[in-house]
Amino acid sequence: MTIFLKKTKELEGKIDEYLDCVVQGGLLFKQGIKYYLEGMQDEFEKRMKDLDRLESRADRIRREIINKLYLYTLIPEARGDVLGIIESTDNVLNVTAETLKQFYVEIPDILPDLHKLYLDLADASIAALESLVAAIRSYFRDITSVRDHINKVLFYEKEADRIGDKIKWNIFRKDIHLSQKIHMRHFALHIENISDNAEDVTDRLSIATIKRSE
Amino acid sequence: MIWFFLISGLFLGWSLGANDAANIFGTAVGSRMIRFKTAALIGGIFVILGAVISGAGAAHTLGNLGAVNALAGSFTVALAAAITVAWMTKLKLPVSTSQAIVGAIIGWNLFTHSSTDMNSLTKIISTWVFCPILAALFSFVIFKFFKLFLHKSKMHLLEIDAYNRLGLILVGAFGAYSLGANNIANVMGVFVPAAPFKDLQILGIDFTGTQLLFLLGGLAIAVGIYTYSHKVMMTVGSDLFKLTPVMALVVVMAESLVLFIFASQGLQNCLTSHGLPAFPLVPVSSSQAVIGAVLGISLAKGGKGVNYGMLAKIASGWVTTPIVAAAISFVSLFFVQNVFLLQVYK
Repeated sequence: MTIFLKKTKELEGKIDEYLDCVVQGGLLFKQGIKYYLEGMQDEFEKRMKDLDRLESRADRIRREIINKLYLYTLIPEARGDVLGIIESTDNVLNVTAETLKQFYVEIPDILPDLHKLYLDLADASIAALESLVAAIRSYFRDITSVRDHINKVLFYEKEADRIGDKIKWNIFRKDIHLSQKIHMRHFALHIENISDNAEDVTDRLSIATIKRSE
Repeated sequence: MIWFFLISGLFLGWSLGANDAANIFGTAVGSRMIRFKTAALIGGIFVILGAVISGAGAAHTLGNLGAVNALAGSFTVALAAAITVAWMTKLKLPVSTSQAIVGAIIGWNLFTHSSTDMNSLTKIISTWVFCPILAALFSFVIFKFFKLFLHKSKMHLLEIDAYNRLGLILVGAFGAYSLGANNIANVMGVFVPAAPFKDLQILGIDFTGTQLLFLLGGLAIAVGIYTYSHKVMMTVGSDLFKLTPVMALVVVMAESLVLFIFASQGLQNCLTSHGLPAFPLVPVSSSQAVIGAVLGISLAKGGKGVNYGMLAKIASGWVTTPIVAAAISFVSLFFVQNVFLLQVYK
């Protein structure tokens, strides 16, 4: 029985490993933003590089999963949905890594009194990402809990939108140069994008869940 | 000459393999859980085993309906049934070999003015009616149980997939065995009274004359599975009802159980020895069983998603099959007797 389930267990492990990468990516992002705002450049750059490496590793695992699913013609009725979910989740991780890299490239000058809001925004966006991962894990093991996790994603996405609006509201009432206002807004949007993308994945996930529940 | 006369039976076996193997593996192959080659190999082996080991019970009932006692008559009756099945298979309609052969035997009875054993006919027809109902009941219960089990077990999707594949292979093997046991009567039953085979020992195993006949029939079914069943499998697997792999497993399980209980002398003896009413050993239609099983699942899911047009098309085949087979049998017997001057009855 162990030999019979060997391929299955291997692939299960790969999927879990992939989702672990996504969660770790979210944590590195939060730390990176924190260190950036605190001006700890070395720590920030270390997190950015770690996230970059993690993203490449996640890409490799994703390709392995896809290859194995097709090579062994596994879960034929759900394969398309699973691949769609994994690929769009990969997109969220890419956006996360890319956002941190943009901080490194463009060095936005975030006003100190807005630091807390930016940290809250990062927290909410990554909470959406973490809930997404929990929802995906449930899709594989416990279909009835997917809905609960999806609701959390939607909640945190709205929360991120709310904080993003608050940041923008504050920015455009400051007596600073317009270019700086636009730059700061641009980075708030970047961070919000993570939760927006996570929300997009939940749309796919909801449909896939309905199909599996039939 | 015997080999020539057996050709029609072998052709019927081939038709049965081409058509009815789809009822065992169609859902699995159609939903791409099992490769056709794997299904054909397992199907071929177990159909032969079922035919040789447990084929006698249902053949006996068919023999009671009308004992076709001349080899040329057996040839013509089997040919009529085979033509009916092959023609309807060509039209991509899941057709019942059981109904074709019963129709053809009745055609022989009519032609030879032999009386049809109404007791056997009633037993056969009532079993035909009971068969899809029982399959629906089995699949309804099994499906509900599976759903509950999968909900409670929180098994990983990939593990469900792996167990499902294994289940489809094991249940498919059981289904193929039951199909061989139940339906070999359709293929070779009409040759039993007329065939002159003697008992024989092959590779140290003793075969009775009837078992040798059934072995040949089983081989013909296996050839039918390999050469022509792929297309029908895709029809059963994809067109009738959108089946998930779990549903496919339930369908094959319910169908195999139905075929088994109407073929197993062991089960019959066991039930009678405990004072319980036994199931009659009658060749039933695996097509009817599979449709019943699919309906059972659809009922368990609230009756949604069934392609009723396709069901009606299949149901019309049930009515036309015996009538067409009886007519072809009657006309063919006339030709064989009067044109080829062969004795079709004694």
